[in-house]
Amino acid sequence: MAAAQGNLGRVPGDEVPPPPERIRAKPLRHPGRTAWAAVIVFSLFLFIYGAATNAAYDWDTYFQYLFDQRFWQAAGITLLLTVLSMVLGVTLGVILAVMRLTPNRIMQSVSWGYVWIFRGTPVYVQLVFWGLFSTIYPRLDFGIPFVEQFFTIETAAFAENVFWLAVIGLSLNEAAYMAEIVRGGIQSVDEGQSEAATALGMSRALALRLVILPQAMRAIIPPTGNEVISMLKTTSLVTAVPYTFDLYARARDLSVETFNPVPMLLIASTWYLLFTSILMVGQHYLERHFARGASRIMSDRQLQALADAEDDNLLKDAK
Amino acid sequence: MTPMVDAQNVYKSFGALDVLRGVTLSVQPGEVMCLIGPSGSGKSTFLRCINHLEQINAGRLYVDGELVGYVERGNVLHEMSLRKAARQRRDIGMVFQRFNLFPHVTALGNITMAVIHVKKTPKKQATARAAELLDMVGLSHKAHAYPAQMSGGQLQRVAIARALAMDPKLMLFDEPTSALDPELVGEVLEVMKKLADDGMTMIVVTHEMGFAREVADSLVFMDNGVVVEAGDPRTVLTAPQHKRTQEFLAKVV
Ligand SMILES: Nc1ncnc2c1ncn2[C@@H]1O[C@H](COP(=O)(O)OP(=O)(O)O)[C@@H](O)[C@H]1O
Ligand SMILES: [Mg+2]
Repeated sequence: MAAAQGNLGRVPGDEVPPPPERIRAKPLRHPGRTAWAAVIVFSLFLFIYGAATNAAYDWDTYFQYLFDQRFWQAAGITLLLTVLSMVLGVTLGVILAVMRLTPNRIMQSVSWGYVWIFRGTPVYVQLVFWGLFSTIYPRLDFGIPFVEQFFTIETAAFAENVFWLAVIGLSLNEAAYMAEIVRGGIQSVDEGQSEAATALGMSRALALRLVILPQAMRAIIPPTGNEVISMLKTTSLVTAVPYTFDLYARARDLSVETFNPVPMLLIASTWYLLFTSILMVGQHYLERHFARGASRIMSDRQLQALADAEDDNLLKDAK
Repeated sequence: MTPMVDAQNVYKSFGALDVLRGVTLSVQPGEVMCLIGPSGSGKSTFLRCINHLEQINAGRLYVDGELVGYVERGNVLHEMSLRKAARQRRDIGMVFQRFNLFPHVTALGNITMAVIHVKKTPKKQATARAAELLDMVGLSHKAHAYPAQMSGGQLQRVAIARALAMDPKLMLFDEPTSALDPELVGEVLEVMKKLADDGMTMIVVTHEMGFAREVADSLVFMDNGVVVEAGDPRTVLTAPQHKRTQEFLAKVV
């Protein structure tokens, strides 16, 4: 790379002087940092040693139950809750954000009111409300209000499906947060962008899809990654609905069954941590994808191509 | 012959602020018109009215014989549907002072995006045409570069190619060289001159009096939302009739 950049300053027809000797400086020492690092590493060692030898952690039971079918099934359900709630939450969030940014005052107010309520009340309370849905609304009537009814749904039947009530509760709450994240992302895109898109004859929807949202993604992805991880853990609240087949509920059940809660909580934590780690890797690649074009920095390959092109030009000029 | 642009007593205000106060001018097909005037005189607003980024409040504005932004039925004007307005805009190319290239796609992607998604041209054909246009603006080697990796002059040339890819019948330039380092101005003006020689109809807001003198067919001086003086560029530049034009030119040249 250094050689490639050295080429750029060359004048055609010149004898190329040999490059001066490469600098080999002694690296700067940081004794303070080294001392602190030693203290921290030693403390960490003490903690791990303590954990390994503390009988309360009961590592034998931990390893006995770690891959127990009951645990990985519950882990799968937690993952499914997370994915479904996020997909629905993001979709509704984008719709709410776009509504908030339309010139239509009524749409704006509806979107604002939604965020006000769903972000302003605890998700635990909302989940309890969803559990009581069939008590509050025993029947849903479809038809022309006050005039004629076409059909009626008894909500008791669908209230039995506690899994979906949990998904609805989680995703409607999530949509409020996502709406704000998406709105911030859209507003972070320079106004000239939608202007240029409009001038090219694009409709608002097309401009949003091709020009605005892809750029907004850079601002949207990192907080959304946080939301996914946060959602994974919030699923442990679905017991409020009450839904009791997720990872945390399973850990509680098995704690009672074995009279040994600590290893069960450790196992649940391990599964949560595993999923979080996988999500972090996914987020890294998504961020890289949407960072396209964001940097002046060229890859080594691009720099090499540039240097080669310059060399070609110099040769042509010299002839 | 129908004029390409026909502005008849055009008014535009933002709230209480009157920006255009009766602009009347016309541009014939193939004509290159330069628009000059002090900052805030309404030049950008006038260009934006022509492709309906702003809606005019009074008067009439026609592009190629068609009313801009309104539909006239009987004697009543109706606001134009968004779809029809978008349809009108795609025949008018616009080049902005700050380029406004799409940073998340390459030079090639910038040029082909609207061609593929708005005009529904097959991707292969759009790419071939984009390659031609990149060649015309001298940037074939930058086809796969992202905007962040290009200089201002290169960005503006890609922006011109992007507008041309839609096969516009009219090109609007809003101070296309004002954001450029002085040594990069020439390469952009050269491309614009080539366009003018090819017979493109152009309205150019600019402070480059050399370009106005050499390339423009007509020169319009605007101040305070009205056309103060218009005519042959050499005549206006060397022997301005109006006092405000004289003062402005004395400051700029
Ligand atoms: N969207 C807008 N809202 C309010 N005022 C505006 C808007 N656009 C332009 N203006 C005002 O209109 C006047 C003319 O602006 P502009 O057309 O940009 O002038 P020029 O391009 O000749 O410098 C300025 O005073 C500007 O502040
Ligand atoms: Mg302006």
